[in-house]
Amino acid sequence: MTSFDAARLSDALVTSALGVFSLALVVFALAAALSRSRPVPVAAVSGAAVVLSSPGGDAGLRPAPHRGLEQVGRAGAAVLVLGTILLCLAVVARGVAAGRAPWGNMYEFGLTGSAAVAVAFLAYGRGRPTGVLAPWTVTLVLVLLGVSVTSLYTPVDDLVPVLNSRWLVVHVAAAITAGALFTVGALATIAHLVRQRGGGDEDDHFSDLAHTVHLVAFPVWTFAVIAGAVWAENAWGRYWGWDPKETWAFITWVFYAAHLHALSTVGWRRRAGWLALAGFLAFVFNFFGVNLWIPGLHSYAGV
Amino acid sequence: MDVAQEEHELGSEEALRSLPSDPHERGRPRPSEVTAWGRWAWRRLTSMRTAIVLLVLLALTAVPGSLLPQRGVASDPAAVANFYRANPDLAPWLDRMSLFNVYSAPWFAAVYVLLLVSMTGCVVPRSAQLWREYRAAPPPSPRHLSRETGHHRGLVARPHDPLAVAAAHLRDRRFLVTRTSNEVRAEKGRLRELGNLAFHLSLLVLLFGIAGGKLFGYEGRVALVEGTTFANVSSSYDALTPAPWADLAGLEPLELTLNDFAAEFETEGARFGEPRKFEAAVSYDSAEEGDGSFTIRPNRPLDINGTKFFLTGHGYAPELTVRDGNGDVAVSGPIIFLPVDPAFTSDGVVKAPDARPTSLALRGLFLPTAVDGPDGMGVSAYPDQVNPIVQFMAYTGDLGLDDGTAQSVFELDFTDLDQVLDADGKPWRVSLAPGQTVRLPDGLGSVTFDGVSRFANFQIARDPGKEVSLAAAILLMLGLTASLAIPRRRIWVRRNDDGTVELAGRSLSRRPVPPGELHDLATTIGLPPAGAGQNKEEE
Ligand code: HEM
Repeated sequence: MTSFDAARLSDALVTSALGVFSLALVVFALAAALSRSRPVPVAAVSGAAVVLSSPGGDAGLRPAPHRGLEQVGRAGAAVLVLGTILLCLAVVARGVAAGRAPWGNMYEFGLTGSAAVAVAFLAYGRGRPTGVLAPWTVTLVLVLLGVSVTSLYTPVDDLVPVLNSRWLVVHVAAAITAGALFTVGALATIAHLVRQRGGGDEDDHFSDLAHTVHLVAFPVWTFAVIAGAVWAENAWGRYWGWDPKETWAFITWVFYAAHLHALSTVGWRRRAGWLALAGFLAFVFNFFGVNLWIPGLHSYAGV
Repeated sequence: MDVAQEEHELGSEEALRSLPSDPHERGRPRPSEVTAWGRWAWRRLTSMRTAIVLLVLLALTAVPGSLLPQRGVASDPAAVANFYRANPDLAPWLDRMSLFNVYSAPWFAAVYVLLLVSMTGCVVPRSAQLWREYRAAPPPSPRHLSRETGHHRGLVARPHDPLAVAAAHLRDRRFLVTRTSNEVRAEKGRLRELGNLAFHLSLLVLLFGIAGGKLFGYEGRVALVEGTTFANVSSSYDALTPAPWADLAGLEPLELTLNDFAAEFETEGARFGEPRKFEAAVSYDSAEEGDGSFTIRPNRPLDINGTKFFLTGHGYAPELTVRDGNGDVAVSGPIIFLPVDPAFTSDGVVKAPDARPTSLALRGLFLPTAVDGPDGMGVSAYPDQVNPIVQFMAYTGDLGLDDGTAQSVFELDFTDLDQVLDADGKPWRVSLAPGQTVRLPDGLGSVTFDGVSRFANFQIARDPGKEVSLAAAILLMLGLTASLAIPRRRIWVRRNDDGTVELAGRSLSRRPVPPGELHDLATTIGLPPAGAGQNKEEE
């Protein structure tokens, strides 16, 4: 297969993934409509829409849902899995076409990043009653992918020499992984905060999911920042220079550290969620805001 | 709040409050107001709440530095000056508040110093307590084991001794185990606390590493034309930024020659003209490491005994020979022209103050791939040399080099210069291809374009704290991973007076006790599953 074919294959896979994710959204909407039209226990509404196939256990958490509803939810989950597989294949094809790791410009960050969000959601949502999170995750993936395709698209190309580094591959891979986990964490945190506002518990399965995800994301992010510093030392002769990109990576890190502290401090658990969201906003701003608006050493990343 | 969590939180904060001072205070006179107040302030400072507030402050105070231009940070060194020009009223006020050097501002330093003091004051006593716990055996079981996680209770068939089996099972799984006549107490995951300590203290180590570079290091820049040699003494640098205590007299003794610079650019497609490869072939002669040769590339610096050479840019140096009106050579050799756009349209100046009958200056452009531009000036269409051209205008008069003020080699001071005009009275202007010579009007002299060399920009840096920072980063990573990934937990197995055996666990971290762990233990001892046990109790 020539690299041109692989590039076209990748583009085609992205298009079909967009279609499949849209379909998943329709199925979730259907499930929500079904659950509203027939009265079911409250727990079932949030619980049954999507329980990604669980290997038994946690009987207490899983309500006995309406059967039709559960089937639709299952169908939605299956469509979501299919879309994720297509997206992952698109990433691989893009990598084959470029002959390097497929994260060398903003389009590729967007593509690989949205695949990572979908994978992270499936990996950590598995066996949990993720409820409303599935449609929101799908929406987010669709938006990210849509923006990437419509306004960030660039044909496959070689890297500028400064970006051609093993440390860059490691650094960006870690950043994308952490970012995908932060995204899942942020969605779960929002769901948790909305619930609490409505008088929900201090702890529910959303806060549990958020916590699990953040515990993994934080060290991965820490590693991404360290790898970035090692790379900067190699490329520019200093490992830290308060370049805007570095600064916002630092801000992200500090907010999540504050979040972890707040979780183990009496009386601060509720505020902990807000700190995690602040960290996530800093992360998002670093990806979009800093690349697009603030000049700096990193801005040659290529829009 | 469940019991485990309460204990955990006590461990992290409240317990600390009552920790070290008490034993020493007994029997002493009442502390004065001042010490009481001081103690209160110290407790405040070292509380988790303060830590959170300071962390949030640290994040917020870092923000303005990314939005406003910073001295010595931005990729554009003129950014602050430009901002001053654009906002003449606002800029001095921002400057007064150190907003153009946020990361060395006193208020920024105040936040991170307070944070590190708070952290030390919080984490060190906690570690002292942990050290004591480390040497102590796991504590006795709580009275109501049924309130703990994964509770199992039931009768165990003879003949084996369930406590002995449990102890062996837990020891195999590297629990720390204590056995008494009627119970087994086990704990695992203390490494987590060690990790937490290592992580926090690594932040202090990191500060030392950063300070090492900020106090003893230096950074400099030099542009070298192919074939020239750089000697590592401070006067050879184009720019040098030493830290306060850097030893500039003791720079690493070495010489570096740029033998050849090669560049490749994209020749087709949407990214036409984008750089694809840069390589600087150098040879060096160092007192410490002998001589050798090396190819410096982006991401591949040359490291000579801790002094590092990074390739940060490149450009063209047209080789020119300027003869004066007498036919004597006034200037000869490659002259660095600074690139002004991605296609390497480059700007340069030639100064010949000793030319006779009058001093001469040339101001020109070098175009590696010349095409016609607007108003008769050429522009370059591609960064590599396809159709190299130099274009000049000429000036006579006083170059202003004798009055003692420093002048950039890339700029002309036009105050006392007259532009050379052609026969029609218009500014004289010429384009030369390699090998061509042109005579200036009025017998002022001639210019020959002999050929083209390239130059490379090197950033030269020495950071003596770098290794310390790297070690701190590794410690940080290891500590953090241990602290977040290892659940610290206790497990108890107890034989009650009624002959039943009970077991349960408790997590001392926010990670739950791995559920399989208690289940496996129960199965090994021969306890019925949790649900069945419950039933038996109710019967
Ligand atoms: C210098 C900035 C600091 C950073 C970046 C930082 C970061 C962290 C992180 C990421 C954790 C997570 C480990 C976990 O959740 O188990 C943690 C835990 C902890 N930190 Fe900090 N910390 C800092 C300062 C402080 C300060 C000032 C204090 C005390 C006032 C403190 C006390 C603690 C304690 C007691 C824990 C353990 C909490 C637990 O067991 O859950 N830290 N820290």
